[in-house]
Order: sequence, then structure tokens, then C-alpha cells
Amino acid sequence: MSAPAAAEATWTRIGEALEGIEHRTSTSSDGMACIHIGRDVVHDALGRLKTDAHFASVTLVTAVDLHPVEPRFEVQFQLWSLKSGDRVRVKVRVPGDDPTCPSCVDLWPGASFFERECFDMFGVVFEGHPDLKRLLMPEGYGHHPLRKEFPHQGIEPDRLYRKWDEERRSQWKDGQ
Amino acid sequence: MTQTFEYSRPTPEDLDDPIHGELMQLNMGPQHPATHGVLRLAIDLDGERMQRIEPDVGYLHRGKEKTCESLGWAKFLPHTDRLDYVQPLMNNTGYLMALEQLAGIEIPQRAQDIRVLLMEVSRIAAHLIYLGTTSIDLGAVSMFFNTFKAREEIYTILDAYTGHRMNNSYIRLGGVYADVDSEVEEQLHSFLTGFPQEIDGYEAMLTGNRIWYDRNRDVGKITAEEALAWSLTGPNLRGAGVEHDLRKAEPYCGYETYEFDVPVGTVGDCYDRYLVRVEEMRQSVRIALQALERLRDTRGAEFLAEDRRYILPPKGKVHTSMEELIFQFKVVTDLRLPKGEAYRGIESSKGELGFFVVSDGTSLPVRCHIRAPGLVNVQAIPVLAEGRLFSDMVAIIGSLDFVMGEVDR
Repeated sequence: MSAPAAAEATWTRIGEALEGIEHRTSTSSDGMACIHIGRDVVHDALGRLKTDAHFASVTLVTAVDLHPVEPRFEVQFQLWSLKSGDRVRVKVRVPGDDPTCPSCVDLWPGASFFERECFDMFGVVFEGHPDLKRLLMPEGYGHHPLRKEFPHQGIEPDRLYRKWDEERRSQWKDGQ
Repeated sequence: MTQTFEYSRPTPEDLDDPIHGELMQLNMGPQHPATHGVLRLAIDLDGERMQRIEPDVGYLHRGKEKTCESLGWAKFLPHTDRLDYVQPLMNNTGYLMALEQLAGIEIPQRAQDIRVLLMEVSRIAAHLIYLGTTSIDLGAVSMFFNTFKAREEIYTILDAYTGHRMNNSYIRLGGVYADVDSEVEEQLHSFLTGFPQEIDGYEAMLTGNRIWYDRNRDVGKITAEEALAWSLTGPNLRGAGVEHDLRKAEPYCGYETYEFDVPVGTVGDCYDRYLVRVEEMRQSVRIALQALERLRDTRGAEFLAEDRRYILPPKGKVHTSMEELIFQFKVVTDLRLPKGEAYRGIESSKGELGFFVVSDGTSLPVRCHIRAPGLVNVQAIPVLAEGRLFSDMVAIIGSLDFVMGEVDR
């Protein structure tokens, strides 16, 4: 079951929208058009893809941890256009010691939960997100579970929560 | 010693407005039955009106994506059943289609027809859950029993077809687990031919019902542009008037060869989403009957691809041939997929269910991301409900249709 490669027209539309922005293109093994782009220009590029290439919807925002390769995170924005049926994957490499990436919530409000989940799981901070906090793991959790160094069997909750619990308890006493 | 208590009478201002004009925060869930699982909603109420809503998810988080990274490609399959547990066969298919795309496996025609048949039957079962739970939330209790009766018939047939009522894990890489006998197909045929009359019965109870109409019409409205910007897909997007169906737009499993229509709404409210889903059940019956017709013609044909790198050899051969035994051992212990990445989205009953998989050529995945339509639907609750009365909340939650097993993963 091999998917057809992205059509020529898709590449034309993307190329026109991204004119003047430095980027590199490739075709993924499932045939989807991929754009590799720098962290500093990605927000600009996403905005142009939305307005000029009519990518009205964001299908997913996630990251891939390529540890121990540096820059270790590959943040991916997968966009979809209703008008043309195109799909495109925008990839940004983010280093492990400074895991920040521009947010696209101002362009597509639906990316909010995706970015919160990505922050929760990988610790990638989406700058410009109005309410960036954990989505699935509990508040105060000290780890990012989908990072490769996080053990598969998990970390004992006792050790994990004690510090956070103590902090909260002290706040209760003071803040009465 | 007698103890005296001093009671102060509340002032007239307090009697009128006990919280002095402040917003009242209401905590709905995570055990509230109308939240369809363990969803918590923090709602700021101004009287009866909802000013701000914040969905809080994660109570059912089981770390499925991390589990996939530790278990490997093949052993994760039963876990996909537990994502959206009302349509396990659809989740199986979505996951395996992403892997098949990565590995480049061609699926035999008969297996594709079986997949289409089972996916459409699962869609009917999932929509029946939607219809039953939403109507019980809005007070139509007898509807719940009617839909669950029909759903139980489906599950009885699926039990005979796949070996399990729920959590089937019946779809396999390269095809399906086993072929089916004609008796079960006869049962399914008689159920499917009788089911449109059942739907007529549901519609007779709900569609023209004054209470149902008033509680759903113009409640939870969303425009097409908003729905796209909020990443909604599936019946929720179609209810807003966008004619988009992945079965038509990006056909898979041979959907392009089936005849069916895509229903769309006009207003984008709860009532439209209800109508869309009811019509989708009728279309699913149409597709499933066509698939049954094809299965009758191809009886005895291959139902599993032959690719010994990824697919288990037949059991009979394993016991007699050394080669096949080695292949069996390799596939069970160390299923390797080629290096690369693949995304495949399918039209599930909730919307676009996508699996994004990244492989580095070893037997353990680098990444397996599940694009859950339910998460997007939960995210849209504030857009639909803010500014409305609190009693509309259950109608909106029901009409968005999500399953928390999929939302939290």
C-alpha cells in the first residue's frame, strides 16, 4: 500500500507561498510534502501557508525525540487544506538545551491542545501560546514522559510528588 | 452551662445575590455521567449562563504512545482497541494502515472488503452509542435501550465473526486474522437489511419530537470556518456544512469503488450533527451491504498478504517447514519496519483518526503519535458552549461525540 507522492501542483502552491523564506523541501516516505525550516522563520512561514496556500486547518502538532542526535527534537506541524486537499508537514529542529518553538495558536486556535500535549510530553515550550500548561499529565509533574531518557516503566509517584506536595501544603498554611 | 447561638439574619442584598455578583465556579465531572467518561469541566457560571469553560482531560491517560515505543510494532495492536473502545476495528485498521504504508504491503482484495465491512459495522455501533447516550442525557431514556438492543445484535455477530464482542484485534498487518464463514455473513445480512427500519423507528421518536428539536436546534452552533480553524473533522465538520469525508477525499481500502453519499448539515448546531450521524448510519448500511455482496463473490480467495518479512506464515506450515518456523520466530520476536515515517488518517466515527509513525529500521518505534479526533472535539466545547445556558451543556457534550479512552490515550 504505497501512497502517491505529493502532486506537482501542491509543490507549486507551497513554493509560491514560501517565496523569500529560506527552507528545504523533501518528500516523506509516505509521499507527503515536507518542509524543513528554521525556528526563527517558522511562524512567518506558517502564516503564509495559511493565507496564501489556504491551509485552513492543522491536523496535528507533535515532536519526535531523536536523542542522542542534536538538535534532538523535531517539532512537526501537519497542515491540511480543504480547498485543494493538500497536506504538508512543516518540520522544525529544536535543540535539547533550549527547547523552544514559536506557537501557531494565533493562526489556528485548534492547535492549542496539540501544543499543550507536546509541551507536556516533550517539554518543548511553545512561545506565544496563551495558556501553556500540562494537558494529560497532572499539574506539578516533574518529567516529560515521551523523552527518550524517561524510563518505560515510569517513575515512582512517591518520589515524584513529595516535593510538589510539600510546596503546596506550605502555600496552604501561608495563604490562608 | 447552656450555650447560646447568635443568628444574624441575612441582609436583603445577600438574599437577592448571595455571591455578590461574582462568578460561581462549577466543577462538572470527572465523575459526572453526562460527561461520557472522565472529563472534567471547570465552568464559570454567571447565574445560569456559562461565561468561561475549561476542559480538563488526562484522567484516563495510560501512556499509549510510550507503550508503543517499548512494546514494538506488532504487540501494540491490542492496545489500539482500547483507544476508542466503541469502535476497536476502526482503530486496528487505522494503525495497521500506517504500518502498511511504511512497509509497502499490498492488501488482497478480499481482506480490503472485510475491512470495509467491519469498519462500517463498527461505525454503526459507535453512532448507536452516540445516539443512545446523548438521548439519555436529554431525557429520552427509552432511546438508550432501543439503541443498545441493536448494538447488542451487532456485537453478537461480531463475536461470531471476529471471536470477541469488544476489543477485537481482528485486523492484521497485511489483511485480517481469519476468513469468515457464510453463516455469519447471512446473519449480518439479515441484520443490515432490517436495520434501516430500526433507524426509522429512532427518527420517529426523535427527529420530529418537539422537545428533542428545541433542545438541539440552534444549540452549540459553529460555522464552517471556525470548525476548520478548530481542527474539527468528521461528522462535526460535516454538520457545519463542509462536505468532506476522507473516504471520498483520500480513499483507502477501496472506498472509491463503493456507492454512498456524504450527508452535510446547514446550520452547524447539535440538531444538524444528529441528522448527519443518523444519515451516516443509513449510508454505512449501504456500504456494508455492497461489501457483503463482494465477499460472496470472492469466497475462498486470499485474505492475508504473503510477505514473510512482516506477516506470520500459516500455522500448518510452521509445524512442518523449518523455513516457515524461522519466519514465524522472526516476525513474533523482532518485527522490523523500514526506516521512514508515515501518516495515515481514516474516517472514524468521531472524525479523522490518524496514526503518525516514525521508524528507524529497528523493531522498536521511534514515535507513534495518535491523532485522536476526540481530543479535538473536547477542545471545541468552549467555542460551542460559552455564553449559553448551563442546561445546553449536556446537549453540546453529547453532540460532539468523544470517547475519553481516545482523548487521553
